[in-house]
Amino acid sequence: MAWEVVIGLEIHAQLATRSKIFSGASTAYGAEPNTQACAVDLGLPGVLPVLNAEAVNMAIKFGLATGCTIAPRSVFARKNYFYPDLPKGYQISQYELPIVHSGEVLIALEDGRSKRVGLTRAHLEEDAGKSLHEGFEGVTGIDLNRAGTPLLEIVSEPDMRSAKEAVAYMRKIHSLVRYLGICDGNMQEGSFRCDANVSVRPKGQEELGTRTELKNLNSFRFIERAINFEVERQIDVIESGGQVVQETRLYDADRNETRSMRTKEEANDYRYFPDPDLLPVEIGEADIQRARAELPELPDAKRQRFMEQYGLSESDAGQLTASRELADYYETVVEASGGEGKLSANWVIVELGGALNRDDLDIADSPVSAARLGGMLRRITDNTISGKIAKDVFDAMWRGEGDADAVIEAKGLKQVTDAGAIEAMVDEAIAANPKQVEQYKAGKEKLLGFFVGQVMKASKGKANPAQVNELLKKKLSD
Amino acid sequence: MSLSNEQVENIAHLARLGVNEQDLDTYAVNLSRILEFVEALGTVDTSAVEPLAHPIDMVQRLRPDEVTESDQRALFQSVAPSVEGGLYLVPRVIE
Repeated sequence: MAWEVVIGLEIHAQLATRSKIFSGASTAYGAEPNTQACAVDLGLPGVLPVLNAEAVNMAIKFGLATGCTIAPRSVFARKNYFYPDLPKGYQISQYELPIVHSGEVLIALEDGRSKRVGLTRAHLEEDAGKSLHEGFEGVTGIDLNRAGTPLLEIVSEPDMRSAKEAVAYMRKIHSLVRYLGICDGNMQEGSFRCDANVSVRPKGQEELGTRTELKNLNSFRFIERAINFEVERQIDVIESGGQVVQETRLYDADRNETRSMRTKEEANDYRYFPDPDLLPVEIGEADIQRARAELPELPDAKRQRFMEQYGLSESDAGQLTASRELADYYETVVEASGGEGKLSANWVIVELGGALNRDDLDIADSPVSAARLGGMLRRITDNTISGKIAKDVFDAMWRGEGDADAVIEAKGLKQVTDAGAIEAMVDEAIAANPKQVEQYKAGKEKLLGFFVGQVMKASKGKANPAQVNELLKKKLSD
Repeated sequence: MSLSNEQVENIAHLARLGVNEQDLDTYAVNLSRILEFVEALGTVDTSAVEPLAHPIDMVQRLRPDEVTESDQRALFQSVAPSVEGGLYLVPRVIE
């Protein structure tokens, strides 16, 4: 039987505020345990939560960027469950009236088409603390520094039909929140986390199958693997006559499998009710206008502009706008190069991208600054160096040997454009290879490349290739 | 509405309350009476009434995003039953 996969994602993005959502404690990552957990975060008696204005502003920005409706009035609710890293016995979240709802994003499919993924809602809530199990005998250590960190929970419609689409959607949201500057997107530190609701149904069937919720998907690679595993598992269960149980399953990256997390049926009985400690939140037109004024150029618009302004292909423009940092880097290179849009794109994507990948670095940590890369490209366009030599110059800059001009000077890489010097080398190459000259003259014109190679070798790559080509053609046809 | 003993046990478990077997009948009767008492509200026509999220008719005040709290860990942990290396210790929770 042919099966259709149905996936919806819940993404938790930690908002990049300085202080917590309901208290004035710091949200900085990596502090000593419990040094950033104040009386409110600890849920001590008598404390009252007060909502962080910037968390609201960030949620509005997300809503605007995804075409959501910004709720004029939203309400905080208590989600009740017991766990030691949740000191109050409830999480302050939003239930019936989330801060933004009903939006959409477009994801790029592998075949180049784009697909709309609906956003059901995004709501504000507080993060829980952390439980540490390792290194303790019979007890668990609790660090509440993270408790109260603002989260935006972004819930998609069940619109994705493959693990690849789910990854594309997750990347899209990841890119968007970073563009907006509302989340640092650091998945290792847990700033950007994802749960997936996965089900399968016979192709053509309207009704949805029973879903499972996959937790702990903290990398783009894991989410794809986990969903693929889970889809296979569900199909196996159904095809062998069983039924999928609605449950939460944990992905184990080491074993590449999902397994049931809890079997307690009451696990989802959260008994939501409006939090009496917090009044309804009202968002007016002025709040929305202020957030709108702070919106940066968003990825889709930037990609379109790169295509028009720099003449880039959709694929190149897409790659360069994947993150705001990379896009900014690229535009600085273009400017420093004197407006070389395509040449800059090639160098940023191929050479720089390759080197960053090889050394496992982020664009922010590139040893070659955008200004230096652009400066080097100027030396290509003004014929000081060839594109081939430029790769050596780039490698030297990568190793920290200074800017392009310093490297060219120190290594004597300046291109030879002196016609006399090139002619001498061309003559030499022709004289040294009479057999090839004969073959060339007999019609084997491919051999031109051989001669160019000989001259470039003799000049240690420094001869201007265009001049060499031209001169060789002329001399060989004499 | 009348609660079964099973429902009472479930409610008690959700609230992490221990209930003795012999008290279940009494709790079931008493809790059912409370529900019946409140059920009277169901007879009022509320179709034209907007749902109330809070009894006070005011809007949430917001605070600026500033760090105003200092580290008071030593003070808070002085009343905790068990701490180690800055962590609060609780009975092992992982299965």
